[in-house]
Amino acid sequence: MTDTPQAYSAAAEIGQIRERRTWIQIAKIELKKAPYSAWFGLIVIAIYLFVAIFAPLLAPHGEAEIFPASFAPWGGDFVFGTDQIGRDIFSRLIYGARNTIGIALATTLLSFAIGGSLGLIAAISGGWLDQLLSRFVDVLMAIPGLIFALMLLTIFGSSILSLIMIIAVLDSTRVFRLTRSVSVSVVVMDYVEAAKLRGEKLGWIMRREILPNIMPPLIAEFGLRFSFVFLTIAALSFLGLGIQPPTADWGSMVRDNASMIQFAKYDLTAALTPMIPAGAIALLTVAVNFVVDWFLHITSGLNDEH
Amino acid sequence: MSTKHGKKGDILLEMKDIRIDGFSDERWHKIIKGIDLTLHRGEVMGLIGESGAGKSTLGLASMGFTKPGCKITSGSVVFDGKDLVTASEDEKRSLWGTRIAYVAQSAAASFNPAHRLLNQTVEASLNQNLQSRDLAEADARDLYKQLQLPEPENIGDRYPHQVSGGQLQRMMTAMAMSPRPDLIIFDEPTTALDVTTQVEVLVAMRSIVEKFNTAALYITHDLAVVAQMADVIKVLRYGKEVEEADTRKMLKSPKEEYTKSLWSVRALEKAEAPSDDIILSINNVDAAYNGSLKVLHDVNIKIPRGRTVAVVGESGSGKSTTARVITGLLPPMVGNVEFNDGALPAELKDRTKDQLQRIQMIYQSADTAMNPRQTIAEIIGRPLEFYHGLSGLQKQERILELLKMIELDESFYDRFPSELSGGQKQRVCIARALAADPEIIICDEVTSALDQIVQEGILKLLLNLQKEYNITYLFITHDIAVVNAISDEIVVMYQGAVIEQGLKSEIMSPPHPEYTQLLLNSVPEMDPDWLTKLVKSR
Repeated sequence: MTDTPQAYSAAAEIGQIRERRTWIQIAKIELKKAPYSAWFGLIVIAIYLFVAIFAPLLAPHGEAEIFPASFAPWGGDFVFGTDQIGRDIFSRLIYGARNTIGIALATTLLSFAIGGSLGLIAAISGGWLDQLLSRFVDVLMAIPGLIFALMLLTIFGSSILSLIMIIAVLDSTRVFRLTRSVSVSVVVMDYVEAAKLRGEKLGWIMRREILPNIMPPLIAEFGLRFSFVFLTIAALSFLGLGIQPPTADWGSMVRDNASMIQFAKYDLTAALTPMIPAGAIALLTVAVNFVVDWFLHITSGLNDEH
Repeated sequence: MSTKHGKKGDILLEMKDIRIDGFSDERWHKIIKGIDLTLHRGEVMGLIGESGAGKSTLGLASMGFTKPGCKITSGSVVFDGKDLVTASEDEKRSLWGTRIAYVAQSAAASFNPAHRLLNQTVEASLNQNLQSRDLAEADARDLYKQLQLPEPENIGDRYPHQVSGGQLQRMMTAMAMSPRPDLIIFDEPTTALDVTTQVEVLVAMRSIVEKFNTAALYITHDLAVVAQMADVIKVLRYGKEVEEADTRKMLKSPKEEYTKSLWSVRALEKAEAPSDDIILSINNVDAAYNGSLKVLHDVNIKIPRGRTVAVVGESGSGKSTTARVITGLLPPMVGNVEFNDGALPAELKDRTKDQLQRIQMIYQSADTAMNPRQTIAEIIGRPLEFYHGLSGLQKQERILELLKMIELDESFYDRFPSELSGGQKQRVCIARALAADPEIIICDEVTSALDQIVQEGILKLLLNLQKEYNITYLFITHDIAVVNAISDEIVVMYQGAVIEQGLKSEIMSPPHPEYTQLLLNSVPEMDPDWLTKLVKSR
């Protein structure tokens, strides 16, 4: 580099220009560097999604189709046998992916819509509104979640709609807290003040100035929340208050077939039957967590190589 | 007391062809590209240059230390006969804090808030068993006295938050001095301080370095400060040495063009032009935060159209609060703001779009003033569509026009703020203000985070824009050189009140009110004898 001094010129001040990458290129680069755990998680999630979307094509039998043979053994026409009233377990597993994941996804989205927007409003406006919302959330969070959900479900009845609404509201408390705390540090930035001075409306400031800057932690939280919602629904179904028959769902499948575990000394495969939906729940939870870990690692800018 | 390990004039530190690489953006960059440095015992060397020149990296390398993500690739750092590049961590650690000390820019961040100052001052001495605790503490109190800290006997019992910024910086000098090191590295120690405080710290640091005959590397971007402190000045740029010479020689006759350009920045001066056409006036304003902490007392400021009014004062004097009152972010308790002969609504939410558009603001830190997730076109384009309803091709053309006005080309159009340098960012902020087509722009310390040469560019740009579009500036600053460069009128503020307002020539010429006198006296001049004269005149 020659040190030819000159009067200041802004154009000459340019250092190295970083090449602009599209997000697809960035994703490709990051995927190449991704650890095995992240790959494992991504593949598992992809398989689950595939199964959920194409359930009617993949399932050999109908979701609630009843066959004369109840408690049929593994093999033959029924890969994992049939349940207590003669429904094909394998088909119900496949449909279960669709129901359980679909409901969990809808619930998580709703809880983010509620918690996220209220959290942003609390952070931007501050003052008494922030206090009111935050204390209300504190109160909600002080009540044990599962018990509260059970109570509300008994009051409102356990339809899928009320299930989604109740879990979404209860879960939105955590989303609210996260959104509020990450927004608070963005709200004090000069560019938010500049937008206020320009006369921008609250909605614009939320959407355009703040939201893009808090996306990484929110996306990571979305993955984790999804796992928890998924587990909560499974737990509620296991307790009989979640997704109701004949809709196939992994939580209730564990409950329905739980007693078969006692037959382990006669037929090992029969005892394994209730473990399969339980395993499906566990596997997806682990997979989502792996991906979230990886994502957080990238976006937080932590590099352990140097 | 002479230094323990040798006599004045011996070579203490010798760096030969030192090269340092830093890792960022997934590759190694050269930060220091081969610099030689020789420092004698008892000598103070000033390292100056713009940000990114490698001053701090070189300063740390003189201790054999590099920041995480940096490495010394070649060269040697010989301190008192020992090469620190090849020395083991243990060997280096035995030198650090005791024979080589470091004074950082932010004293507040360098002290442990949970321990008393005295304990932290003597920590290094005790760790290396240089002296007993009683002796070390007595010595620390003596150092406090020499650094002119108030209540030298008891001040050590306080916690870091219980003393002021200037005191804390002197405290850190005491901490560095406690084990009587051979070498102290001062890394921009007064940059974060007000001018009036800076003088006290400079006087204290200089006298104590002289007294104990300590060698020092003084890193700064402020030429006037380095002229007071250093025996020798080394100018750095892009990780290379530009030139080195004795301070007096360097000030009188710099050899290299780059050095000359550094020197010339402070010569910028605007010829004042009086005007009676008042565009904005602040009338009898009292303001307070949270309704209790009163920060403005009966403030009256008149701003003539098409002129620049500079508001000067130290931090906490109410400069920025005044700006917040004008913009409506902080409604005044008493008084009002008149704009174009009509009173502005006190609250931001009551103001019309038209009123908002006419008053724009530029911030000190361009980094936080632009949304990092928006491109330059989005940032500049928003006021265009918001105030003027432009869209599509019209908007695009206007953005390019604005980019041209701030002397940037169209390649900046779809860049993100993180891809710009500090000066370019500030230019984009100016463009965003211009996009609204304002009558008055409030500039809150817009040049204080920038290097001298970049500062000059921004100031010239603002002056040109004023000439061309007859824009009025309210220019908040603490830098008298900037005031000279840009203002027609000056307002001096102190503790929330206006001390005086008038034309530049009136304010700058005596007789001065007491505070103005102090403020003007505290501004370092390029004369190496300035500080000595100042101390004598007291």
